[in-house]
Amino acid sequence: MIDEIQKTLLAQVADLHQVPEGAYNIRANGAMAGRNTTANIDIVSKEDGSGIDIYIKPGTRKESVHIPVVLSESGLTETVYNDFHVGADADVVIIAGCGIHNCGEQSSEHSGLHRFFLEKNAKVRYVEKHYGSGEGTGERIMNPKTQVTMEENSYMELETTQIKGIDSTDRSTEAKLAAGAKLIIRERLLTHGDQKAVSRFEVSLNGEDSSANVISRSVAKERSEQTFISRINGNARCAGHTECDAIIMDQAKISAVPELTANDPDAALIHEAAIGKIAGEQIIKLMTLGLTEEEAEAQIVNGFLK
Amino acid sequence: MLTLENISFDVAEERGEREIIKNLSLTIDEGKFVVITGPNGGGKSTLAKLIAGIEKPSGGRIYFGGEDITEKSVTERANGGISFAFQQPVRFKGIQVLDLLRLAAKENLSAADACKYLSEVGLCAKDYINREVNASLSGGELKRIEIATVLARRSRLSVFDEPEAGIDLWSFQNLIQVFERMQEMTNGSILIISHQERILNIADEIVVIADGQITKQGSREEILPEILGTASAVDACSAFYRGGEKK
Repeated sequence: MIDEIQKTLLAQVADLHQVPEGAYNIRANGAMAGRNTTANIDIVSKEDGSGIDIYIKPGTRKESVHIPVVLSESGLTETVYNDFHVGADADVVIIAGCGIHNCGEQSSEHSGLHRFFLEKNAKVRYVEKHYGSGEGTGERIMNPKTQVTMEENSYMELETTQIKGIDSTDRSTEAKLAAGAKLIIRERLLTHGDQKAVSRFEVSLNGEDSSANVISRSVAKERSEQTFISRINGNARCAGHTECDAIIMDQAKISAVPELTANDPDAALIHEAAIGKIAGEQIIKLMTLGLTEEEAEAQIVNGFLK
Repeated sequence: MLTLENISFDVAEERGEREIIKNLSLTIDEGKFVVITGPNGGGKSTLAKLIAGIEKPSGGRIYFGGEDITEKSVTERANGGISFAFQQPVRFKGIQVLDLLRLAAKENLSAADACKYLSEVGLCAKDYINREVNASLSGGELKRIEIATVLARRSRLSVFDEPEAGIDLWSFQNLIQVFERMQEMTNGSILIISHQERILNIADEIVVIADGQITKQGSREEILPEILGTASAVDACSAFYRGGEKK
């Protein structure tokens, strides 16, 4: 059912070299290509076939869910709706990812809405990688949306990486946090060629002592364009921090738009944004260790995005 | 082993060109520990950069191991056996201390071997190996890491541009031992630019540069008594008691 191209995509987006352990759902070219459930984690297809519901029982510990999506047919356009229901006191890792291989002339597009519902004290680490390959002229497009609803004292780490091959992306992440909830978002983005990427974050800190930290590191090469929009609304006594750190190269363009709104006098909100090119002395330092200028540049970019 | 032949270096300024290095010739022999000293602004750091290839001379030739390297790039010189420790080490977001040591050693240095180099410069290795070489490190820590990367390269010639700069006097006392042991670790020649008497004290040879020219050159025994107490050689503690470095 899974061919070689799809295997490569799976390895790129989910570090999967074989069938994963634990619960998983693999979607290939718009259809289910494999599924496993466990005693604590159930995966159910939505009745209209548009996606899946993942139910994680309260108290589930040290389990993982893999939900990779691969597209290897040119011209395929799909929108997937996945809902994650994470029970109280659960502690799980969720690994999602999307790989597109497009050899054809038509655009391939994967859009998705991932909704997370974290009950009290639930703890989730969510890792998402996006990857594109294929020699075709057809564009590889991804427009993922993520919505997170966090109940009291829940905790979520959200890591997204898009390093290669996606021509156009417009991603949005929204989160609402109740009292004591804590959210950490780490985004890594590299664009090149004529790629365009927009990344929007909107975090509402609604409960007392909720906190959020949104950290983006990106590199824009060649003629690519990036826009980073990060909004944090402090609606209670809370702590919010957003940071955008970008390296600009060649003829690229980058916009960083942080926006903080405090609706409570005890909301402590901070934003930091920095855009700059690689410092000449960094390249020279690595050249004194024997690297060529190109190798030095690659090391600096890799380190920055690590 | 390293020969500078009639080297000059000019920089363009508003009122025309200014000569930083003036027709300077110098030879550094295999396995020697040479300290270049002299007043600030005399051209010492420029000379170090000319040797590493970071600056190109306006005139003259540079030979290393018999080969003319005047036109060679920084990378080619580095791979040919020249190391250079910056006066102000560079910071990198995301690159860890271990990454930098591995790049320097040109091999997949084990964490244990990397720790050896860090311990050598007085850093508790396990606290530093996974740290990023970023703004979270102090100037002194960064300087030690810089020296460790040069040690890891085991080059035929290691050039240090004012290793004392940016380190407080007390920490520097401990670093002296690193330089004392360095020759056995690298098996190569060492060229240090320094004002510190304690560094001058362990030199085989001392070269004094002022106003772009060599004003004195010879063995430590010969040169050191002549320059003690001048701007070229600062006794750390006397400078401290005077309330700062003598200008």
